[in-house]
Amino acid sequence: MSLTLYDKIWNEHLVYQQEDGTSLLFVDRHLIHEVTSPQAFESLRNSSRKVRQPKLTLAVADHNVPTTDRSKGIDDEDSKIQVDTLEKNCKEFGIELFGMNDKRQGIVHIIGPEQGFTQPGTVIVCGDSHTATHGAFGSLAFGIGTSEVEHVLATQSLIQKKAKNFRINVNGQLPVGVTSKDVILQIIGKIGTAGGTGYVIEYAGSLISSLSVEQRMTICNMSIEGGARAGLIEPDQKIFDYLQGKPKSPKNKNWDQAMEYWKNLKTDSNAKFDKEINLTAEEISPMVTWGTSPQDVVTIDGKIPNPNNEKDTDKKNSMERSLKYMGLKADIPVNEIKIDKVFIGSCTNGRIEDLREAAKILKDKKKADHIHAMVVPGSGLVKEQAEQEGLDKIFINSGFEWREPGCSMCLAMNADKLKPKERCASTSNRNFEGRQGKGGRTHLVSPGMAAAAAIAGNLDDVRKYQN
Amino acid sequence: MKKFNSLRSIPAYLPIANIDTDMIIPKQFLKTIKRTGLGKSLFFDMRYDDNGNEIKDFTLNREPYNKSKILLAGKNFGCGSSREHAPWSLLDFGITCVISSSYADIFYNNCFKNGILPIVLEENKIKELSEYSKRKEEIAIDLEKEKIIFGNNEIKFEIDAFKKKCLLEGLDDIALSLEKSDKIVSFETELKNKKPWIFND
Repeated sequence: MSLTLYDKIWNEHLVYQQEDGTSLLFVDRHLIHEVTSPQAFESLRNSSRKVRQPKLTLAVADHNVPTTDRSKGIDDEDSKIQVDTLEKNCKEFGIELFGMNDKRQGIVHIIGPEQGFTQPGTVIVCGDSHTATHGAFGSLAFGIGTSEVEHVLATQSLIQKKAKNFRINVNGQLPVGVTSKDVILQIIGKIGTAGGTGYVIEYAGSLISSLSVEQRMTICNMSIEGGARAGLIEPDQKIFDYLQGKPKSPKNKNWDQAMEYWKNLKTDSNAKFDKEINLTAEEISPMVTWGTSPQDVVTIDGKIPNPNNEKDTDKKNSMERSLKYMGLKADIPVNEIKIDKVFIGSCTNGRIEDLREAAKILKDKKKADHIHAMVVPGSGLVKEQAEQEGLDKIFINSGFEWREPGCSMCLAMNADKLKPKERCASTSNRNFEGRQGKGGRTHLVSPGMAAAAAIAGNLDDVRKYQN
Repeated sequence: MKKFNSLRSIPAYLPIANIDTDMIIPKQFLKTIKRTGLGKSLFFDMRYDDNGNEIKDFTLNREPYNKSKILLAGKNFGCGSSREHAPWSLLDFGITCVISSSYADIFYNNCFKNGILPIVLEENKIKELSEYSKRKEEIAIDLEKEKIIFGNNEIKFEIDAFKKKCLLEGLDDIALSLEKSDKIVSFETELKNKKPWIFND
């Protein structure tokens, strides 16, 4: 029988299957952070359970950490308790932790690949919906709740039912100034925020294989914004080259054996998908979100849509609600929208290539006077690499703040947040009401588009700023 | 986990599509290390004004909906983040049954881990039930028979048999999985032979 890559990874991890299809799936890699793990550890303790395979779990504090000077620790008492609790739990249960002052610390979905902890063909879970990021390596990676975190800690497995297969083919070449962020925003606009619910998405086609490893991560990362818990891409030589020599990658004989296995991780040529769509790369433009759902996308040269053109009453109401929240009027050109803040970072766009892309646009240019702009590298290692390349200087010279790594204003759990009605061009993944701060207004864009918005002071077309 | 069997309540109706987990429980409440106490912060931004006062006309602030155990909501309920704080806050508020035409996968799973029943129902049927909310009349849920009972009518709903059993019996699924320990052990032994790199050995 012909199988998809998802089918194959699923089958390889089946510990046990009930007649009704409810399955116990083995978990190879478990990532934890301070926000969704404390209650799991507390329950473990209360029921006197142990962590089954401490070596298969890696911990880092990212959601709550300050991105300013850390030498004096964390000011916010609750955040401090969470970060300290993670440290205490990891010590007690024997789990490796990258502490706040470790240079390997960073956003959980950035450090996994960076350390070679993320590997092809594995099942990877984390109490965070953006776990799909790791699917870029040809792994089955998805977000879980805290009770499931506890389940994984105790049993190194998860109770699951199999999802359906959805393939999204993107063929061709991207125009100048268009990035993988625009590709995924376009996809979400097309399938809708629930379009992938119940599915695992496989991204395929000539454009996808031409993308770098980091660009692929941006695409898989936002699978959840299209409703899919997991999104994956067939691993290829680029992935193997990326992983070779990483601290937690297989070594010596293990590497050779792993390579033999990884090379065969492919969807069979005549495998059946429950759903399939095609996109042409040449037709994709730089994208911006206008509303409060990631499906509310428009091209930078477009206009804010008019709810009166919407026949479905529910959709019309929802558009009106979004426009009111966003403080926008229908039919105005997108590039006339004035911006207050620019945020570059997050597990979607906080990697070195993202910073290079933004720096390329910002080189020898200044941000507009009224703009507050910040760059939050995805990890300490990304920060170090950027500083070696002099990118920090470019950002600072343009008027950006150069911060310490963490999730920061992507979800605004730490001090980095929007004030009510402040408008932000953000390279993050969610434009929900209040996501970046109560009353804050988010426009999701690529790193290059965020840089262009900083210079112009309003949303603007990155294609005008190619150095 | 508390058992879920049957339930009777005047439903609260929130006809908004794509209610995300940030709306259900904003991030400032994720700093807790406990599962309880989140009910007062449920739908925080919709429930309280900038001074922290209750917004009088928000459904869940009004009698009798402030005591509703059943929430009728728009499609794609619970989309966004994986935070289990979303079901914890519903539960702490007193809501143990959500009825929507669709849910985000992670939220849907998280409900069952906390004794909350998420029912999938067609939108026109939810509209029908919303009349009971408006008239402040009770509806009843019977999980065993997979039925919603309202007035002289009833609607069948479908639910995964294993998930139903877990809810009805209040089962701890970790204990269930630990009963399969021998299967996990043999899986791991085989894995160590077949893919030694997984254990970094």
